[in-house]
Amino acid sequence: MAKTLYDKLFDSHVVHEENGTALIYIDRHLVHEVTSPQAFEGLRLAGRKPWRISSIVATADHNTPTNGWDKGLAGIADPVARLQIETLTSNINEFGAKAYFPFMNKNQGIVHVVGPEQGATLPGMTVVCGDSHTSTHGAFGALAHGIGTSEVEHVMATQCLVQKKSKTMQVLVNGVLGKGVTAKDVALAIIGKTGTAGGNGYAIEFAGSAIRGLSMEGRMTLCNMAIEAGARAGLVAVDDKTIEYVKGRPFSPKADQWDAAVAYWKTLHTDSGAEFDTVVALNAEDIQPQVTWGTSPEMVVSIDGRVPSLDLAKNEVQRADWERAYAYMGLTPNTPINEINIDKVFIGSCTNSRIEDLRAAAAVAKGKHVAPNVKLALVVPGSGLVKAQAEQEGLDKIFIAAGFEWREPGCSMCLAMNADRLEPGERCASTSNRNFEGRQGQGGRTHLVSPEMAAAAAVAGHFVDVRQSLT
Amino acid sequence: MEAFTKLDGLVAPLDRANVDTDAIIPKQFLKSIKRSGFGPNAFDEWRYLDHGEPGMDNSKRKINPDFVLNKARYQGASVLLTRENFGCGSSREHAPWALEDFGFKVIIASSYADIFFNNCFKNGMLPIVLSAEIVDNLFNQVFATEGYKLDVDLSAQTVTTPSGEVHKFEVDAFRKHCLLNGLDDIGLTMQHQDKIKAFEAKHQQAQPWLFN
Repeated sequence: MAKTLYDKLFDSHVVHEENGTALIYIDRHLVHEVTSPQAFEGLRLAGRKPWRISSIVATADHNTPTNGWDKGLAGIADPVARLQIETLTSNINEFGAKAYFPFMNKNQGIVHVVGPEQGATLPGMTVVCGDSHTSTHGAFGALAHGIGTSEVEHVMATQCLVQKKSKTMQVLVNGVLGKGVTAKDVALAIIGKTGTAGGNGYAIEFAGSAIRGLSMEGRMTLCNMAIEAGARAGLVAVDDKTIEYVKGRPFSPKADQWDAAVAYWKTLHTDSGAEFDTVVALNAEDIQPQVTWGTSPEMVVSIDGRVPSLDLAKNEVQRADWERAYAYMGLTPNTPINEINIDKVFIGSCTNSRIEDLRAAAAVAKGKHVAPNVKLALVVPGSGLVKAQAEQEGLDKIFIAAGFEWREPGCSMCLAMNADRLEPGERCASTSNRNFEGRQGQGGRTHLVSPEMAAAAAVAGHFVDVRQSLT
Repeated sequence: MEAFTKLDGLVAPLDRANVDTDAIIPKQFLKSIKRSGFGPNAFDEWRYLDHGEPGMDNSKRKINPDFVLNKARYQGASVLLTRENFGCGSSREHAPWALEDFGFKVIIASSYADIFFNNCFKNGMLPIVLSAEIVDNLFNQVFATEGYKLDVDLSAQTVTTPSGEVHKFEVDAFRKHCLLNGLDDIGLTMQHQDKIKAFEAKHQQAQPWLFN
């Protein structure tokens, strides 16, 4: 029978099934400091050991500072944060891991950047992490999703997860994306269409010529945002780009296993004739650079659009949502997006902090300068390796010359657990994934955009169509 | 895990759609390495007028009198009535921990985000899905009646209103079994450890590179 990619991945990991509830085997377990301490403590209290240590790859990212590294751990001013980072180290020392990239290690970084760049994420794997943006790894044709801390403990103890099969949704994007239109814009345009709850209960497979045209970095950006559409997992079929990206990475299969791995990976696509529960289609040519205006990723419009007026709301619940969003964001309906001034810029996060993102932002910033009304423009590379690569290419110098701050890797102002945050009322052009109230700091106002659009906004001091500055 | 069977509980209405887990428990409280004590900071940014940080004496902070959970009539509520897509965003299990610690055992909404929904069951909480229409009616009744309670029976899969109206709800059989009996998932899975070992051996043979 013709199968979807999701079905192939799920079915090939079923250990046991009873009344529609399955135990599925987990190949890769990514661990970070925030959602793991209670899981390790649970193991300790029950006298349990991890089932398979070689499945665990850990790093510290959420809480880590992005400056002051010369002072080491002592440079983390917040003692509660420091304890959490130290606790990860002591837990890994006690329980073990295949690899651990602690704070300030040269390979440290955002767990969803580190996994793929180390080859710790491979096609056909089941990947879990106590973080909702684990959907990122679906870009490799891996079944990857976020789990809670109880499940982190469950996977550590049993190497399995209790799962019910999701419904399947295909998001089909055909055509060619315009210049200055990125994977981030595709993701936001999809969420604008489906809503943030549209993918609840589904695994989304992104397909179509525009998706095949995306780089692996772009596919990761897209799958990363699947959770913002409500879907725990996003997927892209394996193709030559996937295999080329994986080749030669530290944990990728070596010569003797490579051919067999590639032969298997090439089967990781949806069979022709396989049916999805839902199909959503978009034309690549219709997608413009996107900017969110409100407090949910679904509150999004094109750069040439305006803050929508209440008469466009679909029902009473949405009207109430929008009214709260206007007040929180300090915006009035019908305001043109390109007239909204910004105070800060954040280029980073598991959505947009890879080398390609930094190259794109640097290309826009090159030879220009951050506008006087922009108090802070941060560039936070996704990992130590991304940072090193960017520096080798001279991107750091371009950013610094343009008035950006060049920081150490980590999650940083995406969720503002460390010192990088918005002050109440500050407005930010951000390449991250969530514009929820308080997400980047209490009272902070987040507008989600692509790296190109963030760099262009930094230079203009307000949102601007990046296509006008591209030659 | 504590078992959940029945509850006759006071209902608090949180009349918002898309309540995300950042709102339920803001990030600064995620630095804790403990599993308990999050209740005083549930909905921190909505509940208090000042900025909250871990370690603060919450009893001395300025309460937001307009926030619904601060109203006298909803004190002691154990049922949270809310709107669609509740618990969206971050996978932080600190969200159900905070709600549970606050006193909620049951949540009623027309839909939930998947990860949050799943996390509730791991903590002895019951998230119930009722249609948007029924949820709407319940909101009207809660607002109209001080001391409004709902009778929730997991075994019978019913929510009964004070006037005797009965709403059936669906719940996955396995999750229901675990919740009714307070069963630890890990213990249950370990009963299948021979199957896990057998699967693992076969899997390693087929894809040895996964075990490098």
